[in-house]
Amino acid sequence: MSGPNTNFDPVAVAALDPAAIEEAVAAALAAAADATDLAALKVARTAHQGDKSPLALANREIGALPPSAKAEAGKRVGQARGRVSQAYAVRQRELEAERDARILIDEAVDVTLPTGRRPLGRRHPTELMSERIADVFVGLGWELAEGPEVEAEWFNFDALNFDADHPARQMQDTFYVDPPDGGLVLRTHTSPVQARALLERGVPLYIACLGRVFRTDELDATHMPAFHQVEGLAVDEGITMAHLKGTLDRLAAELFGEGITTRLRPSFFPFTEPSAEMDLRCFVCRGEDPACRACKGTGWIEWGGCGMVNHNVLRACGVDPERYSGFAFGMGIDRALMFRTGVSDMRDMIEGDVRFDAQFGMEI
Amino acid sequence: MRVPVDWLAEYAAVPPGTTGAQIAADLVAVGLEEEALHGGGVTGPLVVGRVLTKTPEPQKNGKTINWCSLDVGEANGTGDPQWVVCGAHNFEVGDLVPVILPGGVLPTPQGPLTVSARKTYRHVSAGMITSERELGLGDDHDGIIVLTRRFAGDTDQLARLVPGADAIAILGLDRETVEVNVTPDRGYCFSIRGIAREYAHATGAAYTDPVLALAASAPPANDRGYAVRLADEAPIRGRAGCGRYVARIVRGIDVAAPSPTWMKARLTEAGMRPISLPVDVTNYVMLGLGQPLHAFDLARLGAEIVVRRAAPGERMTTLDDVDRALSPEDLLITDGGGAPIAIAGVMGGASTEVTESTTDVLIEAAHFDPVTVARSARRHKLPSEASRRFERGVDPLLAPAAAELAVHLLVTYGGGTADAGVTDVGDPWVPEVITLDPAFPGRYVGVPYAAADVARILTEIGCRVEQVETDPVDGDAGEASEFLVTPPSWRPDLRTAPDLVEEVARIDGYERIPSVVPTTPGGRGLTHAQSVRRLVADVLAAQGLSEIWSAPFVGETRHTAFGWDAAATRARTVSIANPLSDEAPLMRTSVLTTMVDALARNVSRGAKDVALFEIGLVVDLDGPQRSAPTEEVGVHPALEVLEAITAAVPRQPRHLGLLLAGDRDRAGWWGPGRAVDVHDAVALVRSLAAALAVEVVVTADNPMPYHPGRCARVTLSDGTLVGHVGELHPHVIAALGVPPRTVGGELDLDVLTAASEATVTARTLVTTPLAYTDLALVVDEDIPAAAVEEALVAGAGEHLESVTLFDVYRGDQVGEGKKSLAYRLTARAPERTLRTEEVSALRDAALAQAASRLGAVQRA
Repeated sequence: MSGPNTNFDPVAVAALDPAAIEEAVAAALAAAADATDLAALKVARTAHQGDKSPLALANREIGALPPSAKAEAGKRVGQARGRVSQAYAVRQRELEAERDARILIDEAVDVTLPTGRRPLGRRHPTELMSERIADVFVGLGWELAEGPEVEAEWFNFDALNFDADHPARQMQDTFYVDPPDGGLVLRTHTSPVQARALLERGVPLYIACLGRVFRTDELDATHMPAFHQVEGLAVDEGITMAHLKGTLDRLAAELFGEGITTRLRPSFFPFTEPSAEMDLRCFVCRGEDPACRACKGTGWIEWGGCGMVNHNVLRACGVDPERYSGFAFGMGIDRALMFRTGVSDMRDMIEGDVRFDAQFGMEI
Repeated sequence: MRVPVDWLAEYAAVPPGTTGAQIAADLVAVGLEEEALHGGGVTGPLVVGRVLTKTPEPQKNGKTINWCSLDVGEANGTGDPQWVVCGAHNFEVGDLVPVILPGGVLPTPQGPLTVSARKTYRHVSAGMITSERELGLGDDHDGIIVLTRRFAGDTDQLARLVPGADAIAILGLDRETVEVNVTPDRGYCFSIRGIAREYAHATGAAYTDPVLALAASAPPANDRGYAVRLADEAPIRGRAGCGRYVARIVRGIDVAAPSPTWMKARLTEAGMRPISLPVDVTNYVMLGLGQPLHAFDLARLGAEIVVRRAAPGERMTTLDDVDRALSPEDLLITDGGGAPIAIAGVMGGASTEVTESTTDVLIEAAHFDPVTVARSARRHKLPSEASRRFERGVDPLLAPAAAELAVHLLVTYGGGTADAGVTDVGDPWVPEVITLDPAFPGRYVGVPYAAADVARILTEIGCRVEQVETDPVDGDAGEASEFLVTPPSWRPDLRTAPDLVEEVARIDGYERIPSVVPTTPGGRGLTHAQSVRRLVADVLAAQGLSEIWSAPFVGETRHTAFGWDAAATRARTVSIANPLSDEAPLMRTSVLTTMVDALARNVSRGAKDVALFEIGLVVDLDGPQRSAPTEEVGVHPALEVLEAITAAVPRQPRHLGLLLAGDRDRAGWWGPGRAVDVHDAVALVRSLAAALAVEVVVTADNPMPYHPGRCARVTLSDGTLVGHVGELHPHVIAALGVPPRTVGGELDLDVLTAASEATVTARTLVTTPLAYTDLALVVDEDIPAAAVEEALVAGAGEHLESVTLFDVYRGDQVGEGKKSLAYRLTARAPERTLRTEEVSALRDAALAQAASRLGAVQRA
């Protein structure tokens, strides 16, 4: 590069001729517009913006101009280079966008292809139903209690006012642990947890117990030797049968929909007095279809037993029945699942066929 | 309990035309649940027909049908013969048969069937001749009913058999029977007398207690009756076995005399088979009044009846001709204190049974203790109609009236004569009085019953209610009175104030109880263990495993198949005394042992890739099995008793079982599948550990039922065993018949739950740049990767962030018996960037540790 030439006339320098610059700009812009892809644009950029491009050469000549001419020439060339640079940037963006759009089109795949490399497993619907019921009670401010499945007869029967010689004790179809006089059984209901909770936690007490229970029933479409119950127990001062009814109504509505209530019918259980059978308003026909198959036209579906906790149960558990009263209820979870989902054969629930679980989601 | 409607109507004013269904609905409201309705299913023209002609016509299908004409009088509107096709052959021309004409309705299991004239076997059959089963009268379907045969000897009925007459009435098909379930507290409802009382409570219908008139007409007891001595020297639980014994004698009975048709009809409808007049009479009185009776052949009795307990080793032959060993708890009716002639309230003996030659009978109407009868019936496996009633409590005042009715019926229909002597021995019945605060029922139920209503209802059900003033309590200016309630003799179940509350509530109506959600003090939500259980199940399901549950019963063969020592496994669990299957009498000690059935079932139903999990309890005795004491009901056991009860309950940890077969990653358009292996099971364990923020240590182990080279032992960092996972041993796979290479595992969820209780303390995340370095080591083949990783971690020091094994190589380059493990180590220092020399030093330190611990050398 040469040093400043004070006698230099910029107009006389061809590269700095305004017309020539305009021409160079026009050529650059045309080349950018003509470039149809990024590679072509790169070539055009080298030609029109590179070190050897007319504008770069013109820029280089500015240094040789006398100071009086530098400003004007610099401005002219600078503006020209700015226009070209901007045009190329715009074109670059356009072509990049075009390329990106094309790649996205090229990359399209068939999203309807089957998946299933590792399908989702499932929860057992009985467990999901149990969790749903548990959550209703937790929402009411109750707690969940648990107990063993191989249980002492005292908890399963004596504490619950099942006299050893009362026919009710014989009606339970009990599995006895060998030796039969060893005082152990498979719990026939979740009710022994009532006694456990009363002894362990004391009163006031609001607990639900969900779990597996056993009866000596051969497996068929409507019987299982093992099945699931939910037990509820509330013991507090001033508990009435109206509280029992209110709790059952709430549970029914939560599980089967608003407006589904319960009906109590007089019955007998050793551990409650007064006792009641609990019917559920038919959630299929709501009592409005005499030909309904779910309730056989009665409008009601049997659901479980309940009542006011027998004073002997409170006494056995060290609770003063003169001060505290309570209610208890128990019903089948498997049965509730059958109502809710239309399961028609109980064997499907216990046999572990994965196709059974797969019908349901992970919330029920 | 089956309740023939016309019998019910004898004691309660059932409005004419009331259907069985309506009666059942009324009874439900007072606690008698409907079991079934019988009868009433046949409507329309069912008439008596006389067979005029009967032409057998063989058919191509090998059957022969009869083309018959019948005289049905004017019942068909024309008086002309009625032509029908009949497939039965057990009748002749001239017989009188029931014919259902078009328009008649028959009950069928599928619902009511309306009979119409239809074309069949090239004839138009205008109706049908009916069988017992078609009419719902019984199961007989071998032939049609021949009325003349059915009513042979019954002149009244035979007189009604006129062609065209309504056969519905003649066959009793217009009679309905309601079957209800009687709960075990309501012994009195095992009688029409009791049901009628409840019907009256339910509907307000007038009720006539049949016992009142019978008791009034019964002759008073005197000393001319048959000698009976109550000699129970070993009462059970302080209760005398026999509280009362009434004996009456009827002589000169014609035991061959038929029971009256109405009695036979009622017995049949009530579910009992008519047998002979004496038997029918005792059954009739029992069903009607609820008092079980026994009839002895007087000629075969000695001079005195003695009621006593059996002697040790004593035996007797009961009516069913079974020679029975008696227990000293059995209460016996004996002849003069010697030979037993009945097990009280359970079954009579063969030696004094009423036979065809009997002329004189002694009627026993006794009150036996429920416990004594219940135990004897259970011991001898002889549940009878009598024992069922005694167990549930028979009215202790009923015996004289019941005996009177039996005597009356035997005299009337058997032509006998009643002895003037009447025996009635025993202790007078002393009712227990219950004190009831009149406000208590309202307070307990949540319905404001007025005191007057409480008294009215209790009186209605037969109680005597006496109001007494009590000393007013300070500041309590309200009703200072209480009720002294004496329950009626037929309600031994009424013993406490809540028992009376139930009576008030049910008679007033349970439907009047309002619905009030109680306010609780507030709960603590799910426990940690409950949350963990849900989380574990969700994590496994999200990884492709399906949750199952199985009945927890196994047999020793399963333990053997698992390769376990049967005796040692047996010692850890309990067995069921009355298992459903002798093949599976043991409670499971492992969830896997019952899960394998589900796997096999899935495979047999066509599934190939199966992944299952189950969470459930197992039994794990940590010592010898213990006995749990029991206790009288209503008694709070002493502390040491309670501790003994609790301690006898076997330990039952909650286990998680995993079982996977086939492909873990399935084949598809994306490529081939990948068979499940032990690493998948370990990965599941690690995912659970991560979900629970519990550190677990995996080491190689070789217990059964696992492949000795493909089993991982899982422990907590403190060494506590969590469980094992692994490929099942080939022998186990063969013995169980599950797919080859099945992978399983079993973890103690309680251990994982307890370990996850601790709260995680968060560290501040280091955000300086990450440095990394790779390191390939050569170690002996038997060095586990976990040991190498442990050494690297120990050597690398505090800045190490992760160690990742990215390649395992075996081959010529490393030599026989060796393997190369390639790791990437990442490291980061807080608040500064690690320098290259530091990273190298870290790598060298890690290598040095692996070298010194495991003899690892850097791969060249």
